[in-house]
Amino acid sequence: MRDRKILIVDDELSVRQSLQEWFREDGFQVETAADGNAALKMMDAGPFDIIVVDLKMPGMDGITLQKRVRELDKSAAIIILTAFASVETAVEALKLGAYDYVTKPVDPDDLSNLVRNILREKELSEENIRLKEKVSELSGLAPIVGKSPKMKRVLDLIDTVAETDSTVVILGESGTGKELIARAIHGKSKRRFFPIVAVNCGSIPESLLESELFGHEKGAFTGAQYRRKGKIELADGGTLFLDEIGDISPKMQIDLLRVLETKRFTRLGGNQEVTSDFRLICATNRNLEKLVEDGIFREDLYYRVNVFSVPVPPLRERREDVPLLAEHFIERYARAMGKARKALSAQAESILVDYRWPGNVRELQNAIERAMVIGTGPAIVPEDLPLPSDREISEPADRSLSAIEKDHIERVLMEVDGNVSQGAKILGIDRTTLYNKMKKYGLGR
Amino acid sequence: MTSTIYLGFLNGYSPSWAEDLAPRVSQAFSLPTQPIDLELDLDLYYAPERRQYHATLIIARLLRYLPELDSKIVGITSLDLFIPVLTFVFGQSQLDGAAALVSTHRLHSEFYGLPADIDLLFERTVKEVVHELGHAFGLVHCPDYLCVMKASTYVEDVDIKKASLCSECQATLIDRSGKPSHR
Ligand SMILES: [Zn+2]
Ligand SMILES: [Zn+2]
Repeated sequence: MRDRKILIVDDELSVRQSLQEWFREDGFQVETAADGNAALKMMDAGPFDIIVVDLKMPGMDGITLQKRVRELDKSAAIIILTAFASVETAVEALKLGAYDYVTKPVDPDDLSNLVRNILREKELSEENIRLKEKVSELSGLAPIVGKSPKMKRVLDLIDTVAETDSTVVILGESGTGKELIARAIHGKSKRRFFPIVAVNCGSIPESLLESELFGHEKGAFTGAQYRRKGKIELADGGTLFLDEIGDISPKMQIDLLRVLETKRFTRLGGNQEVTSDFRLICATNRNLEKLVEDGIFREDLYYRVNVFSVPVPPLRERREDVPLLAEHFIERYARAMGKARKALSAQAESILVDYRWPGNVRELQNAIERAMVIGTGPAIVPEDLPLPSDREISEPADRSLSAIEKDHIERVLMEVDGNVSQGAKILGIDRTTLYNKMKKYGLGR
Repeated sequence: MTSTIYLGFLNGYSPSWAEDLAPRVSQAFSLPTQPIDLELDLDLYYAPERRQYHATLIIARLLRYLPELDSKIVGITSLDLFIPVLTFVFGQSQLDGAAALVSTHRLHSEFYGLPADIDLLFERTVKEVVHELGHAFGLVHCPDYLCVMKASTYVEDVDIKKASLCSECQATLIDRSGKPSHR
């Protein structure tokens, strides 16, 4: 997380010191001021994400300071710190636009929940800006990403499903850029002026995923000091992107199914029904059909989710895109690092094209970033690309003769750009035999 | 480089698991630990209106017991701690400093009206000691739910996380260990 900045204004030294320590441990960059005038001077060191203001201070009081601060910085969230006696004044501060007030001494739960809520709201609005950039970046990228026939097909699919409002499932190995595709679909849909809210279901513990998705009411469980909207609610009008959908528990599957059917739900610990009009896009690197067969993923949910599927090919199945992707990342990192654009030497390029890329585009991106950092010459050379030995990695897990045959045919066909006659010649078999084998292994057209 | 972590129980606090703590702390930071005698008059730091003890002042005092400049010291108490402004703290430390303090007061299940659970209390204490020490090693709070450096303001948070650093915090720790402390 990038450094968040906070300013603490209080006339009591011990309050300043303990809050400073507390927020520093939370990763904030903290400034303090003993009175209103000092605080206004500190505004030059801003902008601050959060300003904590003591209500009662000698000289300029908290309310006056709040007004002056607002004139200088509209985006800072102001937290008013007050003794129990002056809650009425604190309420006045809220009317003037303070984010919230807390009474001294503050319950640490309250303070950290408050801060978390502020940051979450800020991130959400920042995320919206970021994703607009990402989408425009992606659409600018389209001719590059889509050069291979397989990727062209993906881009066509994106265009087709973007116009509909149906649920989409994006299938692909990790690192293939599933989230980027979800964002592209959202960015081209009529919901694009509303948020896309992403949740990685695989990375959040089960106990927290529920409140993350559905939100909770104040007091729903220990520590729930505030009502919090869940991601489903935040996606109202826009798109909900659930990554790693194959990993959710049976209970979450039922809950999710119900929401998809009714578009209604209740927050944890609440009775009030909430509605949210969202479009669902999900993604997984697992084989959903297999999960259904094994009884791990509900069949009814599978049919709800799998209205439209967008399979994303692994990078090794579209090797012809590797040089273009590499050039793209070189350019991007050169710009980001303020360095000159490097060339890609022919040897380096052939290493990249031949490598199996188990981590897909993300791995390629990391490799280029690394090469841009460690390489000293004007071009990227093989020494800048310490990829794991391909022999170990590319050995297929399935070592049966037919798996190896499939792999070999695939490689040859790739080399000849899918030309069956040429491929058959190289393989030493006739065209009909090759066609039969392609059909058997599900290769080609 | 930090040489040793000194663990001291304050005011004769001697829980049954006292000796099991050192190996766990040692393991978390790959550093040797040593017990240390801490005879402090904690009454000096008692705030009668709050019926709690002032953590910041106790930490300042702990520093005087630091055997070597390049070591860390952790005080463990069963008394309830506060810092001005906050109603309570589980523990406190100097960020990127030498001293840390942990209270088991609010780590007891009994505090929440539940039956006593010594094993749970021990696990929670290990996590809080490692967490506060993490701050003393310069680590800030981590967004990873399972990482010991995740901020915990209620005890259920403590139970979710593990007693160890996530790989990122581990990397930060190694990265920082070459550099001298700021304070
Ligand atoms: Zn902490
Ligand atoms: Zn961590």
